[in-house]
Amino acid sequence: MADEKAEGGLVFHPMDQFIVKPLFGDGAVAWYTPTNVTFWLALSVLAVVLILVVLPRGRAVVPTRGQSIAELAYGFIYKMVEDVAGKDGVKYFPYIMTLFMFIVCANFLGLLPGAFTTTSHIAVTAVMGFGVFFAVTILGFVLHGISFLKLFWISAAPLPLRPILALIEIISYFVRPVSHSIRLAGNMMAGHAVIKVFAAFAAVTLISPLSIGAITAIYALEVLVAFIQAYVFTILTCVYLRDALHPHH
Amino acid sequence: MATETDTHGAVSACVDSHGGAVGMPQLCGDWMGNQVFWLVITLVVIYFILSRVALPRIASVLAERQGTITNDIAAAEELKQKAEEAEAAYNKALADARAEASKIVAEAKAEIQADLDAATQKADAEIAAKAAESAKAIAAIQASAMESIEAVAKDTTGEIVGVLGGKADAKAITAAVTAEMKG
Repeated sequence: MADEKAEGGLVFHPMDQFIVKPLFGDGAVAWYTPTNVTFWLALSVLAVVLILVVLPRGRAVVPTRGQSIAELAYGFIYKMVEDVAGKDGVKYFPYIMTLFMFIVCANFLGLLPGAFTTTSHIAVTAVMGFGVFFAVTILGFVLHGISFLKLFWISAAPLPLRPILALIEIISYFVRPVSHSIRLAGNMMAGHAVIKVFAAFAAVTLISPLSIGAITAIYALEVLVAFIQAYVFTILTCVYLRDALHPHH
Repeated sequence: MATETDTHGAVSACVDSHGGAVGMPQLCGDWMGNQVFWLVITLVVIYFILSRVALPRIASVLAERQGTITNDIAAAEELKQKAEEAEAAYNKALADARAEASKIVAEAKAEIQADLDAATQKADAEIAAKAAESAKAIAAIQASAMESIEAVAKDTTGEIVGVLGGKADAKAITAAVTAEMKG
């Protein structure tokens, strides 16, 4: 990396935006140190509060625009939980709403120029992905006891095939949290890194118009991805929750 | 990497001496504890804000709105029914009024007809009486005219006979004239 810096003009540091730094001073990053992660996580909390508490504070029967945003977000996730996880999944709605609102706010805050994207870090998404995995698995065993394992024993398939299918099901079940978390972090990281690479090319006069056009296009795509990945993460959580609530297919 | 001789104060194996990232910062184990710690705090805070404040509020507003809409629809239904009732009453009143009016018209017509009939009858009677009187008068006039004609004829006959040189016998003239007039 240091070598690239010597090449006049073209400076590639697409990954520097993901570095975790202490907010105050230059010391080491201990687990409790307030860092730029802390700052942007706090901002996402404020964004959630703004959207779901401040905007709908009027509590009008005929909603204002701000109130509509909160109510649409509420209705969107509520309906998703109800449709995907079923009626008895509704009592887990606050947890799923928490995940969705956090991811969507963090993703969009990450799109601000110069921002630190918390959801681009595998440590962050893995906590949520494995959190969902363990919560759903424990919930399945608590609700159904040992018969939760029937999730892997597909009674609709012919008997000789069942052990093979069970093996595949078990493998895919344990891959879930990995794909769940890497999907979100990977999408976030890739888009931001690509924007940074194009931004570096903007320093070269000849291709800078092309580069700036590409940044604009990728940015538009990232706005889309920011929402879609939050949506995908949430709906997959609902799907896993449904498996825990109704393991008998 | 030469992070041991660190001059920039970046105390991490994941940052080089110029403050640039070494490899993927996402995979830097030194930072993960920090991220996990603050993320868990963030999620817990958001969860409590949502479950204690935001979601119950929004849910109550939505329920209230649903209630208001249901009530309004019920009220509208009731008003519609009332309007229909009022319309029916109006139509009935209108029909009654029409029937009454046609009844009055028929009565008036009958009355007028009766008056008219009476008047016509009276007029007919008067006309008949007048006609009879007139007929009588005409007959009298005719009779007197007949008598006058006879007298004039007798006189004229007597005169003509006298002029022609005859001696008019009054009796013969009368007989001749009477016979001639009858003939």
